[in-house]
Amino acid sequence: MAISVRGVSKRFGEFVALDDVSLEIPSGALTALLGPSGGGKSTLLRIIAGLEKPDAGTVEIAGTDATSLPPQRRNVGFVFQHYAAFKHMTVFKNIAFGLEIRKRPKDEVRKKVNELLELVHIEKFSDRLPAELSGGQRQRMALARALAVEPEVLLLDEPFGALDAQVRKELRAWLRRLHDEVHVTTVFVTHDQEEAMEVADTIALISAGRLEQVGTPDELYDHPANDFVMSFLGPVTTLSGDLVRPHDLELRPTAGTDTTEATVVRVMRLGFEVRVELLVDGHDLWAQVTRETARDLDLEPGRIIHVARATRRQQPDHAGTTG
Amino acid sequence: MGRWIARVIALAYLLLLLVVPVGIVFFRTFRNGFSPFWDAVTTSQAEHAFRVTVEVALFAVVGNTLFGLVAAVLLARHRFPGRGALNALIDLPLAVSPVVVGLALILVYGRFEPIGGFLDDHGVKIIFSLPGMVLATIFVSLPLLARELVPVLQEIGVEQEQAAWTLGASGLQTFRRITLPAIRWALAYGVILTLARALGEFGAVAVVSGGLVGKTQTLTLYVQQEFQNFDPIGAYSASFVLAVIAIAALIVINVLRPKEHS
Repeated sequence: MAISVRGVSKRFGEFVALDDVSLEIPSGALTALLGPSGGGKSTLLRIIAGLEKPDAGTVEIAGTDATSLPPQRRNVGFVFQHYAAFKHMTVFKNIAFGLEIRKRPKDEVRKKVNELLELVHIEKFSDRLPAELSGGQRQRMALARALAVEPEVLLLDEPFGALDAQVRKELRAWLRRLHDEVHVTTVFVTHDQEEAMEVADTIALISAGRLEQVGTPDELYDHPANDFVMSFLGPVTTLSGDLVRPHDLELRPTAGTDTTEATVVRVMRLGFEVRVELLVDGHDLWAQVTRETARDLDLEPGRIIHVARATRRQQPDHAGTTG
Repeated sequence: MGRWIARVIALAYLLLLLVVPVGIVFFRTFRNGFSPFWDAVTTSQAEHAFRVTVEVALFAVVGNTLFGLVAAVLLARHRFPGRGALNALIDLPLAVSPVVVGLALILVYGRFEPIGGFLDDHGVKIIFSLPGMVLATIFVSLPLLARELVPVLQEIGVEQEQAAWTLGASGLQTFRRITLPAIRWALAYGVILTLARALGEFGAVAVVSGGLVGKTQTLTLYVQQEFQNFDPIGAYSASFVLAVIAIAALIVINVLRPKEHS
């Protein structure tokens, strides 16, 4: 294991940020700490980095107990949401910082920094100040700076949170490719489930200071440990008291043993997908169907339709959770 | 329209209280040409007073720069018991009259007081000598640097420093390579303000120095003496020197200071 977090708790005054969290992060993986804002995921990342002290519990990095080590001696790279660029230093100097602190020979520093500038595609800007870069370029510089010291683990705190949507998407895909190239154990914090599903090998879902579930994106999506995990990872709606995914609902013209009668309230076409709002026994429900289905069923407000689950819904799967 | 009125009022206020009086001093200094001024500032008494002023100011600036840096970092970066007290005490010199400061120092370090007596027995003279004047000047100029630095430290935030830590930089390396360059203009400005305040201090120094001519007389004390002795040229000339040093320092810092870019 690259990182072992055991029984970590942290309070800020009355507020419980983390409550007895244990998590194992395997070497070489790209792991997302996912969860709603204020759920404790950033605090966990900062505890791993040594920027916060846990009230209880231990943190092991590469087999060494790091709980009482200062951040300088943990050999972690940390990337901040707002870049934390050293404003008075050029891009080159920013990236060289960790190597210069380690008193590496000048030639070695120059070679390494040039490699990293190329790796993150900002070689043209090496003499600029951070203020002269765009947000995305600044964040790539911050990443190169963290990678320069060849850290045991790379920690990213909402790395794309301050960027606009387009750059965000590009950098996500780029981070995935970079990780496949560099293979450093990486943990990143995000509140965006789409980002976590797209980029991460493993997702740890954290909410209200507790670890809800750990697993691959597919495991969490298909076998959510509880209703919270299910609703956090994608759209949900309620059919006879159970949470279901709107795209797992099948609409049929005729009643069957497994169907429930519903009245169409509204039909919205959103490109390829059609969103159908329904009423079942006075409860709202919505289903996501294709344009073809909508046309075949001739869906329009007031029509009576029969709803069934397209596939047998997975029972909540409690394996793989701590929490 | 309202903006214009506000501008006129602000400018008129500064004009009447600052520009006109200082301007008249300058005018009176040179009313009879340059040589009376030069004669007045090159008397041995004036030169000595100038030297004493510079010495006291330099010690006070060095002392308050070190203290101001430490206090500002403590206030902006750390939570500790007594932080509120430190925050309040730093402003105390602004609230206490310098004359009271001088008296208070005499009550502690005077020859006939326990601490002052003890020091005197061991050959350390505080009151009526340079150390006392430095202490008094340090006291009155204490808050200027810390008050200049705290908001800047708060604004730059802790993330650059934390990034430096994770890259292996020790606390001291982080301060020298990251924090200090980020606050250098505020620091320079604070030093200049402290220097200007130290050069111009009168009340506290008047009390603790005794104003001994040729020994503990500073330039401000010299100005008062010349004024009382009906030697206005001496008083104006020394005042002119004090004002020019302070204004020059402010101009230098404002010229050097890079324009803040957003």
